[in-house]
Amino acid sequence: MPPRPTTPAKTLPTDFLAKADETVAHYPFSARSATLPLLHLWQEQFGFISEEAIVWIAARLGQVPIHVLEVATFYPMFHREPFGKIHIKVCRTLSCELAGGRELFETMKRLTGATGDEHGPIHSPDGRYTLEFVECLASCGTAPVCMVDETLHEKLDTPEKIKACLDTHSTGGEPCPIT
Amino acid sequence: MPIAEKRLILKNLDEPGYTADIECYIKHGGYESLKKAVKIPSAGLINEVKVSGLRGRGGAGFGCGVKWSFIPPASNKPILLICNADESEPGTFKDRQIIYKDPHQLVEGMIIACLAVKAHLGYIYIRGEFPGGAKILERAIAEARQKGFLGKSVMGSGFGLEIFVHRGAGAYICGEETGLIESIEGKRPNPRIKPPYFPAVLGLYHCPTIVNNVETLCAVKHIIAMGGSEYARLGRPNNTGTRVYCVSGDVVKPGYYEFEVGRITLGELIYDVCGGIRNGNRLKAVIPGGSSAKILKAGERYKIKEKMPTGSVFEREIGLEDIVMDFDSLAAVGSMAGSAGVIVMDHTRDMVAALANLNAFYAHESCGQCTPCREGSLWMQKITSRIMRGDGREGDTDLLKSVADNIAGRTICAFGEACSWPTQSFVTKFREEFLAKTGAAKEKNSEEGSL
Ligand SMILES: Cc1cc2nc3c(=O)[nH]c(=O)nc-3n(C[C@H](O)[C@H](O)[C@H](O)COP(=O)(O)O)c2cc1C
Ligand code: SF4
Ligand code: FES
Repeated sequence: MPPRPTTPAKTLPTDFLAKADETVAHYPFSARSATLPLLHLWQEQFGFISEEAIVWIAARLGQVPIHVLEVATFYPMFHREPFGKIHIKVCRTLSCELAGGRELFETMKRLTGATGDEHGPIHSPDGRYTLEFVECLASCGTAPVCMVDETLHEKLDTPEKIKACLDTHSTGGEPCPIT
Repeated sequence: MPIAEKRLILKNLDEPGYTADIECYIKHGGYESLKKAVKIPSAGLINEVKVSGLRGRGGAGFGCGVKWSFIPPASNKPILLICNADESEPGTFKDRQIIYKDPHQLVEGMIIACLAVKAHLGYIYIRGEFPGGAKILERAIAEARQKGFLGKSVMGSGFGLEIFVHRGAGAYICGEETGLIESIEGKRPNPRIKPPYFPAVLGLYHCPTIVNNVETLCAVKHIIAMGGSEYARLGRPNNTGTRVYCVSGDVVKPGYYEFEVGRITLGELIYDVCGGIRNGNRLKAVIPGGSSAKILKAGERYKIKEKMPTGSVFEREIGLEDIVMDFDSLAAVGSMAGSAGVIVMDHTRDMVAALANLNAFYAHESCGQCTPCREGSLWMQKITSRIMRGDGREGDTDLLKSVADNIAGRTICAFGEACSWPTQSFVTKFREEFLAKTGAAKEKNSEEGSL
C-alpha cells in the first residue's frame, strides 16, 4: 500500500500556497499536469524535493505519492537533497567539449573545491557550491557555456573569464576565495 | 563575398534598442498578422499554410498545413495546441534567440495557429534550462492578454484562447512530441507508440493536439502577413521559406544565420558566412542537422538526382561543399536537415572522442522504455569510452556498428534512430580511426599482459 498522504508538519507560507493555486488553475483538464510546475515551485522555495514535498504535492493534486516520486526521480533538474548556495551547470556536450568544456569543468572544480563522484552533482565541503555536468544548453554557438543559478555564461574559454563569472555570483558580494 | 542573409524571423531581434516588450513589438508592425487572421475563417488559414509549403522546423520536416488538417473534423473533443520550445537537440540554439529576444513573435504565431486549428487552450513547453525565457514568455502572454489578443475574445472575434507556459526539467526526450505530451500530463516523458498515438488525433488528454516547433509557429505569422503563395516563393520547391541555421564547432564565426531554405550550400555556410575553419585548420567533418544527423566527411563525393523545372531528372556528382542546405538535398546525401544545427569539426579532431561524447549524451537521455534503445545506447557508450581509455578490444569497431544496427527501427520513438545514426555513420566513415585506436590498445594490452 502506498503511504497515505499526510498533512505537512510545518505550515506552508501563504504566498507559496497562492502560487500553487494559480499554477493548478493553468490545467483545467487535469490537476495532475501541475506535477512538474509544483515540483519546480517547491524546489525554488525550499531548495530541494523532500519527502514532505512528495506527499504534499500528491495530496494537493489528488494523486498517490508514487506518481509524484516517479516524476521527481526521472527529471534531472529535481534533486532530493540540499544543494550548495550557488549551483553551477557546465555543458558537457559536443560543441562545448570542442571549445573547452572539460577545461571549464576542471577550472570550476578547482575554484569551488567541489569533489565527489562526477557522475552526478558534486559539492564543495563548505556547502557553498554545487557543480555538475549537464547536456547541451542550447547555446552551442558561444561555447563553452555554463549556467550559474539562472544565468547563462558564454565563451568561458580562459581561467580569468571563469573566475570573473564565478565572482559575479558569490554570496554576500564576496569573491570566490580561490584564484 | 559573403552571401546576404534573408532575415524574416530574425529580422528585428538583434536590432539595437529592440526589446522584448509588447510596445516595441507593435511599433515594429507586431500583431498586424493577427488582425488579418481574425477575419479569415479557420479553413482559410489552414489553406494559406498549406499553400506556403511550410515544413516543420523541429526536426522531422513534416508539412505544417498537412499536419493541421489531420485533426478529425467530426471530433467533439476540445482541440489543443502545444509549442515545442524544448530545444535540446545538441547543436541547436535558434529557438532560444526567439524566446529571449522576440517572444511576441512566437505568441502571435501561436495565437494564429490556434485560430486555424480551433484550439482554445495552448501550452508552450519550454525546457527547464530556460528559466529566464519562461519568465519572458509569461510576461509576453500577460501583455498580450491585456491588449485583448488573448483571453475571452481574441481581438473581439468571440474566439476564446488561453496560453500557458509549462517548464520541463532537464530531459531531452521531452522534445519528442509524445514524450512531451506525457510530460504535460504530469508523468514521466515516456513516448507513446504511433499508431495510434498521432498527436493530431490522440494527443494531450487523448484530445486532438497539434505540436509545432517555435520557429515553425513564427513562420506562420509571416505566412499570414505575406500570403502563402508569396512565402512559397522563398526557398526552393518542397523546401520553402527561410530557416535559421545554427553553426557551432571549429569555424571562425559560429552563430545563427537565416537564409532562404536551400539558397545556400554547406560550403558557402562554412567558408563565406562563418569565415572558414578556425586556426587555419582544414575541414574534417560536419554534422549538418543536430547531433542525431549522420556525419558528413570532407572529401566525400555524393551522387544525387536532381529534378529540373521541366520535370526531367538528371544525376550528378557533388562534394560536401556543394550540398544544398535543404530537407531534400541533405536526405539525398544520406543525412538530414533535422533541426539545422550544424556542428563543424577540423582536421585535428579525434572522431572516436567526438562519438564518445555523443554516445554519453544518448545513453544519458534514453527514457528506458525499449530494450534496444536503453541497453544499446548504454552499450555503445561503454564501448566508445573504453576505446578512449585505451581499453578498446579487437572487434569493437564492428561491435559498435552492429549494436547500432540493432536499435534503429525497433523502438517506440525516433530516439532509437537518433542514437544509432551517429555511431553508424562515424564508424563507417572513419573506420580507420576506430581500428587504429582499438588496434593500438590491443598492442598495449598484450604488452601489459606479457609483463
Ligand atoms: C528524440 C527527439 C527529440 C526531439 N526534440 C525536439 C526539440 O527539442 N524541439 C522540437 O521542436 N522538436 C523536437 N523533436 C521533434 C518533435 O517530435 C516534433 O516532430 C516537432 O516538435 C514537431 O514540430 P514541427 O512540425 O513544427 O517541426 C524531437 C524528436 C525526437 C525524436
Ligand atoms: S526509443 Fe528510447 S527514448 Fe524512445 S521510447 Fe524507446 S527507450 Fe524511450
Ligand atoms: S553543446 Fe554546449 S550548449 Fe550545446
